[in-house]
Amino acid sequence: MSDLLGPRDPASGAGWDDAPPRKGFFTDTSVCIGCKACEVACKEWNLVPADQAAGLSMLGSSYDNTGALGASTWRHVAFIEQPKRAGGQDLNLPLFPVGPSASDAVNRAADTAMTGDRSQLGTDTEAVDLGMPGFQLPGQRADRKDERPRTDFRWLMSSDVCKHCTHAACLDVCPTGALFRTEFGTVVVQDDICNGCGYCVPACPFGVIDRRVGDEQTRNVGIAQKCTLCYDRLGAGHTPACAQACPTESIQFGDVDELRERAAVRLATLHEAGVPEARLYGEDPEDGVGGAGAFFLLLDEPEVYGLPPDPVVTTRDLPSMWRTAATAAGALLAGAAVAFLGRRR
Amino acid sequence: MTRPTTPDSDGIVAAAAGSGDRPPARRGRRRRGNPDNQVVPDVEFTSYYGRPVVKASPWEADIPAYLFLGGVAAGSSLLAAGADLSGRASLRRGGRLAALAAISGSLYALVHDLGRPERFLNMLRVAKPTSPMSVGTWILTAYGPMAGAAGAAELRGLLPARLGPLPLGWASGLLGALARPTGIAAALIAPAVASYTAVLLTDTATPSWHEAHRELPFVFVGSAAAASGGLGLITASSADSGPARRLAAGGVLLELVAERRMERSMGITAEPLHTGTAGRLMRAATACTVAGTVGAVVSALLPGRRGRLASAASGVALLAGSACTRFAVFEAGQASARDPKYTVVPQRERLDRRRAAGSG
Ligand code: SF4
Ligand code: SF4
Repeated sequence: MSDLLGPRDPASGAGWDDAPPRKGFFTDTSVCIGCKACEVACKEWNLVPADQAAGLSMLGSSYDNTGALGASTWRHVAFIEQPKRAGGQDLNLPLFPVGPSASDAVNRAADTAMTGDRSQLGTDTEAVDLGMPGFQLPGQRADRKDERPRTDFRWLMSSDVCKHCTHAACLDVCPTGALFRTEFGTVVVQDDICNGCGYCVPACPFGVIDRRVGDEQTRNVGIAQKCTLCYDRLGAGHTPACAQACPTESIQFGDVDELRERAAVRLATLHEAGVPEARLYGEDPEDGVGGAGAFFLLLDEPEVYGLPPDPVVTTRDLPSMWRTAATAAGALLAGAAVAFLGRRR
Repeated sequence: MTRPTTPDSDGIVAAAAGSGDRPPARRGRRRRGNPDNQVVPDVEFTSYYGRPVVKASPWEADIPAYLFLGGVAAGSSLLAAGADLSGRASLRRGGRLAALAAISGSLYALVHDLGRPERFLNMLRVAKPTSPMSVGTWILTAYGPMAGAAGAAELRGLLPARLGPLPLGWASGLLGALARPTGIAAALIAPAVASYTAVLLTDTATPSWHEAHRELPFVFVGSAAAASGGLGLITASSADSGPARRLAAGGVLLELVAERRMERSMGITAEPLHTGTAGRLMRAATACTVAGTVGAVVSALLPGRRGRLASAASGVALLAGSACTRFAVFEAGQASARDPKYTVVPQRERLDRRRAAGSG
């Protein structure tokens, strides 16, 4: 219960003496470029096998063929295509391109060079469309002769992860103690203790943790798996693999207190620059999970990214739920006693 | 079930709704009939390609079966202890044996459902009041041996007499002496066995389970009383079956009333209780339960063999009704977790209400 009612510093609340500062992530989705380096780095470092729950398939959801967080997906990059400009208006920023797509201009320059003296480029190949995200419609290659203006279209990209909640439902309900609070204030499964009861799965208000499926050879099959905030790397003083790999610093790792300050500054900057839809998600210690250790800057409502708009740790209601159950139990006992009153036939 | 997953011709998907200028046509929209064929108003919400926000539990039929068997065991222990104290031998014997069988079955289901069954005992590493599963494990750890000992004492009586006295005569005698105290202890723990399972479900982010948290314990103990009363009607002689009949009738009444209240208080998350598999199970549950209750009352008036048969048939219906209720509640929760609507809509409403209140 101490976790529910107790101090806001989760590590000391869980009984750690001299805990280091709480560690977490600030994921600034406004600079995410959707490269999925985080997904790959996480898989590599943590030996996360192929996601057999999702399988290998084209999901028809923009560049997202990962699907969702799960036992074998600890970072998930979401791609959302929207019929509106980035920021929703002309940003009036000197460096923000509003004319024809910059990638078109680059392609054009490259092509010009290549149709001239290709040897200068050290290549003899034709220009190839690499299919990288651009501002044209998906699959459409800008036609050089028929120059088009930029479409009213934006891509939202966001790398989702376990929130390492201050009041973590998964940890509260775990009956084996496999889930525990580390000295860094994070929430981690102990692989050798979890018996795969699966209770943490429906308990998590963010749909993060899951029981791993696979054949007998699959590592940690049958037990609950999720992001550990690279507990092993943290212990050795390193940055988690995803944050280390992120080329744009969209994923920032550090002390939660400092990250909250950074997030507030970034939010103010974006608001000033004319991006009023920027908002923070999960950073508020007053929210339904007591604030997340991994929080986000989003450019739209949380549910657009597949995040719950108002998540709540249901163990918050547990005292009242136990009271109701006790009343019901009393009613059953009384009812059974009453059933024995009365005449024998 | 339709989901707003399909990109339209522009490749823009349902998730694409901005905060300022939302194109209403591109939101998750659905229209559904309720059982009365009234049209439920459209609900608008946004989701990420219609994918679930929370995860459905990885549990399968083991868990609703466990809920049902736990209820049968609990009610049977209560009936057996009452019968023991009031001298109703057939009801006592049936109750103790039923409790033993049901609790063994439910333990099997619990272990079988684990991802790593061989690690079952890890449940006993800790005792956590924040984990209903941990609390339940300890309740069962207290209840199981008591119900087991009382049941074992009855098993002795079932052994053919010509086998002669058991080789361990003293053990048999001990069991006989312990039958009453263990039976009573089991009965005192039994109500917790029947009601904690409701908290097990409601302490989750699964919308149709959590939103039922005010009433579900009453539905579950009612269902347990109905099922065990029904079983008592099958096992007990006509002379002894009165308490089983009354327990069943009272249980059904409690279950039906609590369930109506529950559905009213659940808001939109009551919907999965009426649709799909859960809806069919729920309707079957109501039909079986009502038929079983009417049968139980009427059979008391029929004489002799006909009355006995009618009682047993009613008992079967009551058991089936209870099983259907458990599976229906379980399935409704699973369905509610798979559809983002039941997570997003209530949370969005709550958030908007709070914002409206906050900003004046
Ligand atoms: S997001 Fe879910 S899995 Fe992660 S700590 Fe919170 S409750 Fe646990
Ligand atoms: S599946 Fe493992 S980590 Fe999750 S609640 Fe059960 S024992 Fe704990």
